[in-house]
Amino acid sequence: MDENRILEVKNLNLHFKTYSGNVQAIRGVDFHLNRGETLAIVGESGSGKSVTIKAVTKLLPDNAVIDSGEILYEGQDILPMDDKKFSHLRGNDISLIFQDPLSSLDPVMKIGKQIMEAILIKKQGTKREAAAKALELMRAVGIPEPEKRFNEYPFQFSGGMRQRIVIAIALACNPKLLICDEPTTALDVTIQSQILDLIKDMQRERDLSVIFITHDLGVVANVADRVCVMYAGKIVEVGTVEDIFYDPRHPYTWSLLASMPSLNTSSEDKLMVIPGSQPNMLVPPKGDAFAARNRYAMKIDFEREPPMFRISDTHYAATWLEHPDAPKIGIPALLRHRIDEQLREEATS
Amino acid sequence: MTDDKILEVNHLCKYFSSGKKSVMKAVDDVSFFVKRGETFGLVGESGCGKTTTGRTIIRLYKPTSGEVIFNGKRIDGRLSKEDSRAVTSKMQMIFQDPIASLNPRMTVEEIICEGAKINKLFPDKESMRKRMYEMLDLVGLTREHATRYPHEFSGGQRQRIGIARALITQPDMIIADEPISALDVSIQAQVLNLLNDLRKDLGLTILFIAHDLSVVKYFSDRVAVMNRGRIVELSSASQVYDHPVHPYTKSLLSAIPIPNPRVEKQRKRVDYDPGMHGYDASNQPSMYEIEPGHFVFLSEKEFADAKKQLAAQ
Ligand SMILES: Nc1ncnc2c1ncn2[C@@H]1O[C@H](COP(=O)(O)OP(=O)(O)OP(=O)(O)O)[C@@H](O)[C@H]1O
Ligand SMILES: Nc1ncnc2c1ncn2[C@@H]1O[C@H](COP(=O)(O)OP(=O)(O)OP(=O)(O)O)[C@@H](O)[C@H]1O
Ligand SMILES: [Mg+2]
Ligand SMILES: [Mg+2]
Repeated sequence: MDENRILEVKNLNLHFKTYSGNVQAIRGVDFHLNRGETLAIVGESGSGKSVTIKAVTKLLPDNAVIDSGEILYEGQDILPMDDKKFSHLRGNDISLIFQDPLSSLDPVMKIGKQIMEAILIKKQGTKREAAAKALELMRAVGIPEPEKRFNEYPFQFSGGMRQRIVIAIALACNPKLLICDEPTTALDVTIQSQILDLIKDMQRERDLSVIFITHDLGVVANVADRVCVMYAGKIVEVGTVEDIFYDPRHPYTWSLLASMPSLNTSSEDKLMVIPGSQPNMLVPPKGDAFAARNRYAMKIDFEREPPMFRISDTHYAATWLEHPDAPKIGIPALLRHRIDEQLREEATS
Repeated sequence: MTDDKILEVNHLCKYFSSGKKSVMKAVDDVSFFVKRGETFGLVGESGCGKTTTGRTIIRLYKPTSGEVIFNGKRIDGRLSKEDSRAVTSKMQMIFQDPIASLNPRMTVEEIICEGAKINKLFPDKESMRKRMYEMLDLVGLTREHATRYPHEFSGGQRQRIGIARALITQPDMIIADEPISALDVSIQAQVLNLLNDLRKDLGLTILFIAHDLSVVKYFSDRVAVMNRGRIVELSSASQVYDHPVHPYTKSLLSAIPIPNPRVEKQRKRVDYDPGMHGYDASNQPSMYEIEPGHFVFLSEKEFADAKKQLAAQ
């Protein structure tokens, strides 16, 4: 076992049973998380990001079936663990922040009490200490007048304030592993930037490991050490944040980077979109799942699934374009231009 | 776009009472108008009152005071059944919280068609279903999705169900409350292009509530920046970004994460402290027009200084 890896997911495959058939949501996902690092997971909506972390925390809904795979937390496979053993782990070591803030708060319990409960779960300290810590956390996540807000209910909070409470609860039990599913999408940029700083501070202080799912590539650039790019239930590219932003290799990663507006995009320009629709996960496409939407697709892309090609020790991509015999297709011009500009910006800043 | 105002909001206030004596002034004397065919962006920090403004406009909350005029008619008070129906089908909202706003026991088809059914917008079931399929297609979902339930979808897919539901009634105006923050960038681009096409083709007006400023800039004609229940700056999108005047706007702009790791990892944000103005009884802020169409909420002295600075730029 590699001591440095707090989490390792090996060849995970799972599907959902639905009335229309089996949704093949996760199709052979492999990744690991090192201690103290932040791994960002990005990818198309529906590509399996949330489901992956639900599997890691054993919070899958009843219609999910794990077909194969291992999930090692500190070297122990958690899949065969019984619920009691695992919930101990989840309560003590692993904290989660979900995509939907409203659904993770109890609507009829006062906000302050909800944070206190999370602190008291670890059975550390008295009620009074817990209350003080709860107030401190509310302040840390930027809730104005926390004393007053302490006794309010979730419905009295705005969307972003609720999300900050969820973050406070997640941080309350001093986790070793923090998993965040779009924790800041409901937040404005100033609060977002405060929260990201808060997470980074905690990371420095206590060697916290973080998995961060987000659609905001600016946030990825801010927090991530490494990045996994997902498409149709698979990881199609993984690398350091610089590998992914400055030297992307998979055509899906290219489209992803090219489709965001920047402050320099004018409303006259149409944003680049990925043609076609998401693959039907009841019958996932053969070969490279992105082929049908990929301008650069070759015959083999429709026939055989590409393996992970090694680009460097840190950087891997599952695309036939990396095969030694593949034609040399460079990054699309628009993206090349954007990356060159970014590198210039860095040189001048 | 014409000069015809589709929506006018005058001195709108919405206070919530919280606890015994305290009042939460969620929206405090907000005024603006939206021109027909325009996209008007509303940005600002979390909790500043954006959603409450939207919900009050669309009659989900009763305003504490002030007026809302839609298509030339006041809609903030009691309305006849007919008028209220006209408002509900002509003004639609896409909600911030996709899961909380979708009934878990209804199929996607039922959810999308509900409003159209209540307002009897289609002569028969067939034409309604046809339109529903078009909507699914428009937002990037498939026909197979129609029979599924909300919990079977990812976060971003749910948001698109909400968008399809809002568009099926062919509204004149949409209040889109952070409609794309749960979507991945390529779908964001699809939805923005889609909303942009609708506004060109159908003259749709959009009140766009968001915190992603690069998206708001790309997408809006004019922008209002809100802070603590009030609008502190209002102007064309390019003016707000090219020469922001209010310190809060400057702080907001400095916090935008930049998708360039080496630059972003070093970025410093400028914090805003509302106490910095030192407002008191003799020194109160109000709205000033600093250049044509560009308004800011400052005291007389601050305004004079800002004007000098702007001229020097
Ligand atoms: N309970 C469920 N039953 C059936 N299918 C499901 C269920 N939950 C998720 N899925 C499907 O699994 C796939 C992956 O969903 P997941 O929530 O992981 O997407 P995601 O990558 O997190 O997307 P988003 O960015 O939109 O949140 C999707 O196709 C979704 O429709
Ligand atoms: N139903 C309610 N009862 C009491 N207070 C409320 C209610 N709804 C909102 N508030 C308060 O009003 C203020 C404005 O909330 P609102 O939801 O409008 O903010 P917002 O600008 O949309 O924020 P966000 O970006 O976080 O969604 C907040 O302080 C919130 O706590
Ligand atoms: Mg998700
Ligand atoms: Mg809101």
